[in-house]
Amino acid sequence: MGYPHKTHPRETAILSKHFGDSEARSLDGWKQRGGYRALEQALSTPPAEIVDAVKASGLRGRGGAGFPTGMKWSFMKPGDGKPHYLCCNADESEPGTFKDREIMRWTPHALVEGCAIGAHAIGAETAYVYIRGEFQEPIDQMESAVSEAYAAGILGANAMGSGKRVDVHVHKGAGAYICGEETALMESLEGKRGNPRIKPPFPAVSGLFAKPTTINNVETLVAVPHILTNGAEWYKAMSLSNPKSTGTKLFSVCGNVSRPGTYEVVLGFPFKDFLYDLCGGPQAGRKFKAVIPGGASVPIQTMEEAEATLMDYEGFVAQGTMLGSGGIIVFDDHQSMPRMIARLARFFAHESCGQCTQCREGTAWTTKILERIVAGQGTFEDLDTLLEIADNMTGKTICVLSDSCAVPVVSGLQKFRHEFEALITGRRSSTVAMGGKPSAGGSALTTGAGV
Amino acid sequence: MTTPMVNLTIEGRPISVPAGTSILEAAKVAGVLIPHYCYHPGLPVAGVCRMCLVDVENAPKLMPSCATSVAEGQVVHVHNDKSLDARKGVLELLLINHPLDCPICDQSGECELQDYTFQEGRADSRYREPKRFNPVEDFGGDVMYVPNRCILCTRCVRFMDDVHGDPVLAVAERGDRAVITTAPDAGLTQAWAGNVVDLCPVGALLSKDFLNKARAWELDRSASVCTGCSQGCNIVVETRDNAVVRLKPRANEAVNGHFMCDEGRLNYRWLNRMDRLVAPMAGGGETEWDLATAAVAATFAGKKAHVVANPSLSNEVFFLLGRIVAKAGGAIHFAVPQGSEAPLPGVEDLSLRADRAANATGAELLGALRSDHPYAGVSGGHLLVLVDVEPSAVPAAALSAAGAVVFIGTADPSKLGRLAAALPIANVVESDGTITNLRGRVQRFLQAKAAPGHARPAWYALADVLIALGEKADYHSASEVFSALAAAKPPFAGMSFDSLGLKGTDVAGAVAGASR
Repeated sequence: MGYPHKTHPRETAILSKHFGDSEARSLDGWKQRGGYRALEQALSTPPAEIVDAVKASGLRGRGGAGFPTGMKWSFMKPGDGKPHYLCCNADESEPGTFKDREIMRWTPHALVEGCAIGAHAIGAETAYVYIRGEFQEPIDQMESAVSEAYAAGILGANAMGSGKRVDVHVHKGAGAYICGEETALMESLEGKRGNPRIKPPFPAVSGLFAKPTTINNVETLVAVPHILTNGAEWYKAMSLSNPKSTGTKLFSVCGNVSRPGTYEVVLGFPFKDFLYDLCGGPQAGRKFKAVIPGGASVPIQTMEEAEATLMDYEGFVAQGTMLGSGGIIVFDDHQSMPRMIARLARFFAHESCGQCTQCREGTAWTTKILERIVAGQGTFEDLDTLLEIADNMTGKTICVLSDSCAVPVVSGLQKFRHEFEALITGRRSSTVAMGGKPSAGGSALTTGAGV
Repeated sequence: MTTPMVNLTIEGRPISVPAGTSILEAAKVAGVLIPHYCYHPGLPVAGVCRMCLVDVENAPKLMPSCATSVAEGQVVHVHNDKSLDARKGVLELLLINHPLDCPICDQSGECELQDYTFQEGRADSRYREPKRFNPVEDFGGDVMYVPNRCILCTRCVRFMDDVHGDPVLAVAERGDRAVITTAPDAGLTQAWAGNVVDLCPVGALLSKDFLNKARAWELDRSASVCTGCSQGCNIVVETRDNAVVRLKPRANEAVNGHFMCDEGRLNYRWLNRMDRLVAPMAGGGETEWDLATAAVAATFAGKKAHVVANPSLSNEVFFLLGRIVAKAGGAIHFAVPQGSEAPLPGVEDLSLRADRAANATGAELLGALRSDHPYAGVSGGHLLVLVDVEPSAVPAAALSAAGAVVFIGTADPSKLGRLAAALPIANVVESDGTITNLRGRVQRFLQAKAAPGHARPAWYALADVLIALGEKADYHSASEVFSALAAAKPPFAGMSFDSLGLKGTDVAGAVAGASR
């Protein structure tokens, strides 16, 4: 549902059905709503059958990359004599993304169940839920759900009486965006500094504690119980456009829209209808200007592109961007794109782990140039330099944080170059140039960037 | 079980290397140096500097050659536009916050950032923003940290973590605020910590001892072996204007990997000592070499030799001393100074050894007698021959008991009182020779500076003594002495300076592969 709003008639509320329903948080409440039946069924099903069902459903990773979940699970070989681990990536820190937060706040048992099923499917006895440190309420909800599940024998040495061991541990992150990168997440879980690892070896070969490991997003794991309960065919049938994109997806919407919130639609939903109908369109008297549809690290779309987009993995790519995490940031005509992009770059510069040269130096340099342009001190050469730095930062580092910083810069300069040029020729600060109010003192960037 | 070989092409050169080799190491086989910073053969791979990115055909993007294994049929381009542009990009980014203070930087002239920038970097910078600044820090021990020059390659961190096993360094902060830092209340005072200075590819970690002492291009360099203990770490002796100013480790996988300990590294000032014996002496005053040599030979008459020798002297010296006592009768004695053992955990069988002398093994193989009391038993029937022992350490009782005393050494022997004769010799960095480490590795050291005054290499002086005693000893170089030694002494059979090369050979009977 479009939490905090009521479910829109055009939503398909499966994962978000119980958002806002505080009774669903408790074990009893969750069981009354059908919880843990899928787990009970799964624990008596051979892992390979679960993996096959998830493969057949067409479920793809909801964290950003969209890798087929069943295939990822099939890389794990239960019974190879090694401990296996499942890591649930709940380090949701991508600017504009807050769907996993809602799942954990309202339906923590759904994630416990998803983790337990996932662990069983990959031959793991232990699952770690790595939650972003700032998510205090979701952490509290998850910890209470896990302790309820242990007390009820759902987790532990004899999970639901199956004779199988399933442990779920909640781990609180310490405030680094980079720990959402799967290999940095594992380093952090191991108690080390959260630096991404070189791949190969891939986690399925040598992951957490150098053992075979699968990392799944929160939303991916909570979809699995529904697939097992209703069947892969049911899930696969939920597709409005490309058959490679199946099921429902949560989109968290923020920025300049009338009804920001978390919405769940079947993949392939028309983005235009989503923005104007579900999200209520722009605020009164304003017009949409641009959209970042999948978290800060995907290319910015113009409204022409956004309105032509079908919301699935292929549809976003066809319109010059990516589905990403489903964190939608909407900008209207009162916003300065250079200022927004500078704020995004500042985020990536702040969050770079600093291992790779291009990222450590490139994100910071990019930010300094952008902030100078926004302050009215830019030159046309700066725009060329920004693009060359961006090129230097793309495809050359251990993880994609560097690429992610380059993406809004490149797409922003491609699509909104006139706004940068206006700042350069006008020699005035961005807010004035864009007709808005001058910010009250200090850098325009430090005051309410809106992301 | 032999490792299967993999065939690939690097810069158009077909090569075959064992499976599992990195592209970077394979390129060395092909004679291609792939520029790199964070990679070091003695450390775990980090893959963070991104300088060694190469274009591997059919790979989706540039690959870090340090962290990518060779594969059959791979075609690698190191110097095409794509790889070169990536390196140019890295160099530009490494320099944007760099102070560019090469004129006052100790690393200048031996700096990989400088070298690669000259080689293939941009001539100008596009950076218009203020540069990052962090103050210089004393890291303890011999190490100073200049964070503004640091490129965060983490070689120093990995050395302390994985090789030294004492993780006192870490990267603090993140992004462009990242700096190397020491653990609270800890510093680089460990026995081997000074290696981080050599490992640092730029001027961020500097030796306090060497600070502002010389420019790298003013130094003359000679291959040598450290005489600080019985490990025999391979080193480079660096001199400026005939003075030793720095010792650095020289890689030898069979002995010391890439490292040397701080004690060995910093103990070089004695090589420049000014209180040297600089002229031959006989009859209470300075004289000619021939007269002094004749005086030494004459003193042997009617006496047995009691030779006390410094156990860091070369195999050649012990061989010739052996010939002298064979002729005159008597024996060679030596005592080995002791210190505490300090292993480097990350390298097998590498340690600062308790035996603080270089050639006790060679001395024993050549017939000298190890003893805690080398002067015991000196009597009036003895000619006491002191060979490069420290005059202040010779017991007065032995001097007065001996029938006569001859000094063949480097230090000023005036403290010893009346000597029958004194012959000035060159020290270890002033002559060529070989020493044998505790595992039986015979290694060469090369002359690095000129000996003072009339001092001669010890083998030269001793050969002349032998001739004066009526023996045949027409050697013209240390190499010839060593060949004679190899012909006479079975453990050294078949060896020559040429066969030893600069990495040495194990004596017969040493356990193969355990020569460290």
